[in-house]
Amino acid sequence: MAPAKKDEARATPPDASGSVGWTEAQTRCLVPAGSTLALELGGSVGPVTVEYETYGSLSPHKDNVVFIAHALSGDAHVAGWDRRAAETGRTWRQKKPGWWDAIVGPGKALDTNRLFVICPNVLGSCYGTTGPSSVDPSTAKPYGLRFPMVTVGDWVNLHMRLLDALGIERLRAVVGGSLGGQQALEMALAYPERVERSVVLAASARLSVQGLAFNAVGRYCILHDPNFAGGDYYDGEGPGAGLAAARMLAHITYLSDEGMHEKFGRRLQDDVNGRQGGFGIEFAVESYLDHQGRAFVERFDANSYLYITRAMDYYDAAAAWGGGSLTEACRRIRAKMLIVSFDSDWLYPPEVCKELALALTQANRPVTYANVPSHYGHDSFLVETEKVGRLLRGFLAH
Amino acid sequence: MTQRPPPRIDPHLVTDRSVDRLPQGLFDQRVAELSKLLASRPTAPDRQPAATRWQDEIIAREIPKGARVLDLGCGDGALLERLMRDLGVRGQGLEIDPEAVFSCVERGVPVMQTDLDEGLRRFPDQAFDVVVLEETLQTLANPREMLAEMLRVGRQGMVSFPNFAHWRVLVDLVASGRMPVTEWLPYHWYETSNIHPFTLQDLLDWSRESGVQVVSGYAYENGVVRNLSADDNLHAEEVLIVVER
Repeated sequence: MAPAKKDEARATPPDASGSVGWTEAQTRCLVPAGSTLALELGGSVGPVTVEYETYGSLSPHKDNVVFIAHALSGDAHVAGWDRRAAETGRTWRQKKPGWWDAIVGPGKALDTNRLFVICPNVLGSCYGTTGPSSVDPSTAKPYGLRFPMVTVGDWVNLHMRLLDALGIERLRAVVGGSLGGQQALEMALAYPERVERSVVLAASARLSVQGLAFNAVGRYCILHDPNFAGGDYYDGEGPGAGLAAARMLAHITYLSDEGMHEKFGRRLQDDVNGRQGGFGIEFAVESYLDHQGRAFVERFDANSYLYITRAMDYYDAAAAWGGGSLTEACRRIRAKMLIVSFDSDWLYPPEVCKELALALTQANRPVTYANVPSHYGHDSFLVETEKVGRLLRGFLAH
Repeated sequence: MTQRPPPRIDPHLVTDRSVDRLPQGLFDQRVAELSKLLASRPTAPDRQPAATRWQDEIIAREIPKGARVLDLGCGDGALLERLMRDLGVRGQGLEIDPEAVFSCVERGVPVMQTDLDEGLRRFPDQAFDVVVLEETLQTLANPREMLAEMLRVGRQGMVSFPNFAHWRVLVDLVASGRMPVTEWLPYHWYETSNIHPFTLQDLLDWSRESGVQVVSGYAYENGVVRNLSADDNLHAEEVLIVVER
């Protein structure tokens, strides 16, 4: 999800005191050539490289670590300005800082003067961590759809290997929004003794049926694009139209009707000549979605979109850890939990997020649940940086 | 049940003076006498906004160290923060107001944003040693159910409330013929959140009918907090009682 305008306006330039400045991604090979990583659904993959970014300094006792889990279309570039944006071809990063720049930095809610913040790209991503666009060593060609199916559980296991490699035993906190929130929950469930706090923003224990349906339509657009070529499109044009359509559809689910009304209304782009009587871009909201679709095609891989949305679909904390009961699953948790919903979010609506809080209550665990008033829909976790920042700062201080 | 006959509608809609009515003069005379009698009593000193509520002080004395405490309508979390800090209690608050929830988070108090009128269904039996209901019961849609739920999820309940039978409230209602507005009940009928006003006697009746023990009780009167006494239905401005099943 691209940060909304409100956020960009607040973006801190690299030389400002609140910015982490110029950043450089790091990569680490966690599964070396010749060995493989076993996956939850039975497949395996290897070698595996993870790209990640860090901000702030690791304390001598390694006890100041905050792990950020990115969302569906997010990446490890959380804050600051990518020094190597041009040479890595990620030119869109030259225009704006990382996706949570308003939250992470010196003196900000996740204060890099005190905290060591780390964010890796997930397995299956297209931002440096091994994924369907990586070269399969057995064929010397990109994996495409031969990449094995990965799950949120696989991501968390891999990320724990990264922390092991860095000598980090415990996390002060894991924080994530949307699909990142599901990772934050999964980490607290799968590694209860390694997570002190878990912050689940605009997410819950599983995606709603409506959410499954939206993902299905998004994938349909990609899979039926004439340029999809069974996923082996890396030498060709690629399923740009399909990916753009998927993104446009998803973007509607990230906003609220009220927010769209406020932002675009029924305004026409050409308010002098009015309606054109054709099928071009006429309404302001059409123009916005068109822009979002195009920008996304420039920076995202369609196969990664398929794999990551499927991982999102499959995630079900109750099934994985509680034999179908979320309450039973929650009994595993030792972390302090903060769950935050946004009242206009209809992708992960408040009552779905509150269900996780209630399950924790039923499991006799202390819990903090806040339903933040906002017009920004699901995107609120990215846009309402002041409110989210206040909650993060308070929650991490105790 | 005996059926009342339907009201007779006067064909000219004029007041029927033959009906047995309370003579206005006599009523006014009685109210004047009552007001005079009560005016001879010492009046409450001006109330300064206290740094902490008196109920908090009593609750902090009553709660054992390390107890599990659920605060229903915990507001900004000041009480739970204090109990967690001074007594090492394991606290959980419930609060409806988003701004108050933010304050709780900043104080390090676990809080769930929820409407108490949704009930405590998802809380397991006897999950808490103490459940606190500070100045909240009279604002709920179903106070009786909440009292029962309080003693299901907790061993002990601490309930504080404004006593609507305090003489000042009674006189205010009788003498002015309007819903009472007093120093500690400063809201008009159309804006008050006290949708279920009740008295100390009402709550004592409830405890007897429900087989609930009143373990201890405290009254606030004229700036002084003391143990509850027999005539407090008329004299306590605010009450805190500790109850157990």
